[in-house]
Amino acid sequence: LISTMARQARATESRKISSELFTLTYGALVNQLVKDYESDVEVNKQLDKMGYNIGVRLIEDLLARSNVGRCHDFRETAEVISKIGFKTYLGVTPTIANWSGGYDEFSLILDHNPLAEFVEIPDDHKKLFYSNILSGVLRGALEMVHQEVEVKFIQDTLRGDDTTEIRLKFIRKLEDAIPAGEE
Amino acid sequence: AEIPDSVFELLHAEIVRVLKNGKDGSRSNTELKLKLEEMGYRVGQGWIEKCTKDRAPFKDELDVMKFVCKEFWMSVYNKQVDNLRTNHQGVYVLQDNKFHFFGQMSSTAQYTDEAHMYMAFPGGMLRGALAAVGVNCTVGCEITSMPACKFTISVLPS
Repeated sequence: LISTMARQARATESRKISSELFTLTYGALVNQLVKDYESDVEVNKQLDKMGYNIGVRLIEDLLARSNVGRCHDFRETAEVISKIGFKTYLGVTPTIANWSGGYDEFSLILDHNPLAEFVEIPDDHKKLFYSNILSGVLRGALEMVHQEVEVKFIQDTLRGDDTTEIRLKFIRKLEDAIPAGEE
Repeated sequence: AEIPDSVFELLHAEIVRVLKNGKDGSRSNTELKLKLEEMGYRVGQGWIEKCTKDRAPFKDELDVMKFVCKEFWMSVYNKQVDNLRTNHQGVYVLQDNKFHFFGQMSSTAQYTDEAHMYMAFPGGMLRGALAAVGVNCTVGCEITSMPACKFTISVLPS
């Protein structure tokens, strides 16, 4: 209980930074990964892994600062992801769209992607999903709240697509969620 | 937009981890330090440009240092530098008594490579920021006693 209170107290301190600084740092990271790994597919994988490791910790931060309750279905989850998750950490609220019939799949459409501001991808990196860290963050965060969700980018304006679209697919509820920590 | 600094700290921690695996296997600590420093340098340059966009030019070197200790540090670490000392001959020592990038690291961590590695990117940011406003220097990083650390700036003769 005490650690939860301490966390609450810490979270209500408004320790903020500019999202531009975050964006700059992220850009430097992707730049370096592209140099280190020859294939775009491999860079996407690394970004996803990093995102996962961030997500499993970030969720705790989010829960401490937002008092959001348990989500009863995937539709509620979608709302929380967009209106609380993305809003808090990226300052934007993606549109929730393209629900599947069984409401177990949906897309997040980002009209504005702060991570990608002022970024241009050269032509020889057409397979790169520049913001793929977000896939991992979502996957990791959701795993910690007992939801196994497959997350992937399906469109990215940086690659010349019409929109930036992340697809989330609910796989199953996890029982004792102790994530196998990825290295 | 303003976002919680927790996500920046988490990103930094992951950057340190992922850059350890270089292109063909793992980077040595020396190489890793260099890479992180390089990245920090570029971010520092870009960031101070944004910070100083609508600002009048700096009067002198000390003016720059004060800005770095206050506004710049605040914008990155949400606090000011706790102590600035100088010998007035181009050496400045910045002391931060509670360096945020150390996060939850224990006090014994100061004897590990990991904690020192966490200063490489910040050290680079500092050096890049200073270079961008005309102060070319070297930056030394030292953990005094967790979570306190020092950045020693030696301005290079022009």
